[in-house]
Amino acid sequence: MSIFEYNGSALVAMVGKNCFAIASDRRLGVQLQTIATDFQRIFKIHDKLYVGLSGLATDVQTLYQRFAFRHKLYQLREERNMRPETFASLVSALLYEKRFGPYFCQPVIAGLGEDDKPFICTMDSIGAKELAKDFVVAGTAAESLYGACESMYKPDMEPEELFETISQALLSSIDRDCLSGWGGHVYVVSPNQVIERTLKGRMD
Amino acid sequence: MANTAIELPPKGGFSFDLCRRNEMLAKKGVQSPSFRKTGTTIVGLVFQDGVILGADTRATEGPIVCDKNCEKIHYMAPNIYCCGAGTAADTEAVTDMVSSQLELHRYATGRESRVVTALTLLKSHLYSYQGHVSAALVLGGVDCTGPHLHTIYPHGSTDTLPFATMGSGSLAAMAMFESRYREGMTREEGIKLVCQAICSGIFNDLGSGSNVDVCVITKGQKEYLRNYELPNPRTYVSSKGYSFAKGHTEVLSTKITPLKEHVKIIEGDAMEE
Repeated sequence: MSIFEYNGSALVAMVGKNCFAIASDRRLGVQLQTIATDFQRIFKIHDKLYVGLSGLATDVQTLYQRFAFRHKLYQLREERNMRPETFASLVSALLYEKRFGPYFCQPVIAGLGEDDKPFICTMDSIGAKELAKDFVVAGTAAESLYGACESMYKPDMEPEELFETISQALLSSIDRDCLSGWGGHVYVVSPNQVIERTLKGRMD
Repeated sequence: MANTAIELPPKGGFSFDLCRRNEMLAKKGVQSPSFRKTGTTIVGLVFQDGVILGADTRATEGPIVCDKNCEKIHYMAPNIYCCGAGTAADTEAVTDMVSSQLELHRYATGRESRVVTALTLLKSHLYSYQGHVSAALVLGGVDCTGPHLHTIYPHGSTDTLPFATMGSGSLAAMAMFESRYREGMTREEGIKLVCQAICSGIFNDLGSGSNVDVCVITKGQKEYLRNYELPNPRTYVSSKGYSFAKGHTEVLSTKITPLKEHVKIIEGDAMEE
C-alpha cells in the first residue's frame, strides 16, 4: 500500500472566467475503515487564496499550520496578502526542504492574483510545481479526476456553471474510488464573493 | 531549532526531521510515494553562431501524464539556459538555486556570467549529494569565450560536447544527431535538427511527448521559442463540451460570503516625484 492510500482523498481545482473553484471529498479513513465524514482538506489562506492538501491527514494538518504561520509572518512584515504565485513558491520551498524525508502530501493551490486573474497549481510531495491553465487534480482519485476533468472542462465558465462542472467531475470520480467519498466541499471564488457549498454524495 | 519556542523560518539546506518517521512507516510496509519525473528528451547542439537547446514538454508520475505542456528549459542567466531531466523538483530547485547564485555573482563582479561558472556550481552541488539529487542536465550558453555546451549527470560528472542528449529519450535523439550533425550548421539547419531529435524522442520514447520547446542562444542575444512545434494537437474534445443545468448537483448547504473591497488610504499629501 502506498502511504497516499492510508487516508484517501480527492482534490480538484478549476479555472473559470475571472474566478476559480476548488473542491475536495469529505472522507477521512484508515485504509478501508471510515473514521470521519466531514474532514477538511481545503483551507483558506486569505480571502482570495485557498490551499487543498491531499495525502496523509496528519501531514495535511501539520503543513496547513506551517503555511498559515508563514503567511501571518508575511502579513506582519509586508502589510499585505501574499500573491498566489508567491505562496506557491513558499509551499514548494517548504516541501523541497524535506526532499529526503518528505511530507506525504500533495498540495493544490488556487487563488485570485493581481487584476483578479485566477491562478491554480499543484505539486508532488517534494514541491515540483505544475502550473496549469485549466484544471489540476490530486489524491487517490487523481486518475479518474483527470479523465472527468479532461472531458467536462470548458474554458471561460461563469461561477455557477463552474460550480456544476467541478461538482459533477468530483462526484463522478469519487464514485470510482473506494478511498474517497461521502460528498464534497466546493468553494467557488469570484472577485466579490465566495460561494461555499457541501455536496451530497454516495455514502458507501 | 529545538531550543526555540517557536519554529523560525529555516536558513536553507535540507531538513531530515521526518526521515525517522518515514523509515518507520516504510518498515511497516507502506511504500514511499513516487515523485514527479520528467521522463524526458532534452538535447543541445553547437551551431555556427551559438548554441541551440531543445526539450519535449511531458511530465509523468509513474505511467500517468501529469503535465502535457511543462517547461523543461530553465533560465540560468541572460546568456545561459539549462534543460533538465530526472526528478522534476530536483531539476527545478538546482537550476533556480544556481541561477540566483549567478545573479549575485554578476552584481559582485559586474560582468556577464560564464558557462563554466554555472557548470562548476551545478556539478559541485550534485557531486556533494552523491547522485541523490537526481538531476540530469544539458547546459548551454554563449559567453566572452564563445559558445559552450555541457551535459551534467546526477552524480556530478560532466561532458563537453558539440551535440548532446539526455533523459529517457536520449538514445532516440542521439540517433538523429549522429546521422545528421555536422560542424558549422546554420541557424535554420540547427533548429530543424533539434526539432527532428526531439520529435524522435516524442514518438519513440513513451516518457517523452507533446510539444517541442527550442531555445537559441547567440552572442548577446537569445530567443526562447516556447512550443515551437506542436506535433500532437488535441483532437478528441467536442466543440460544445458538456453542459450541466444550474441546480443539477444535489447541495446540502450553501454559504455565500461577500468580499469587501480593500480601501486604500493615502495619508497626507501625495509625495511629489
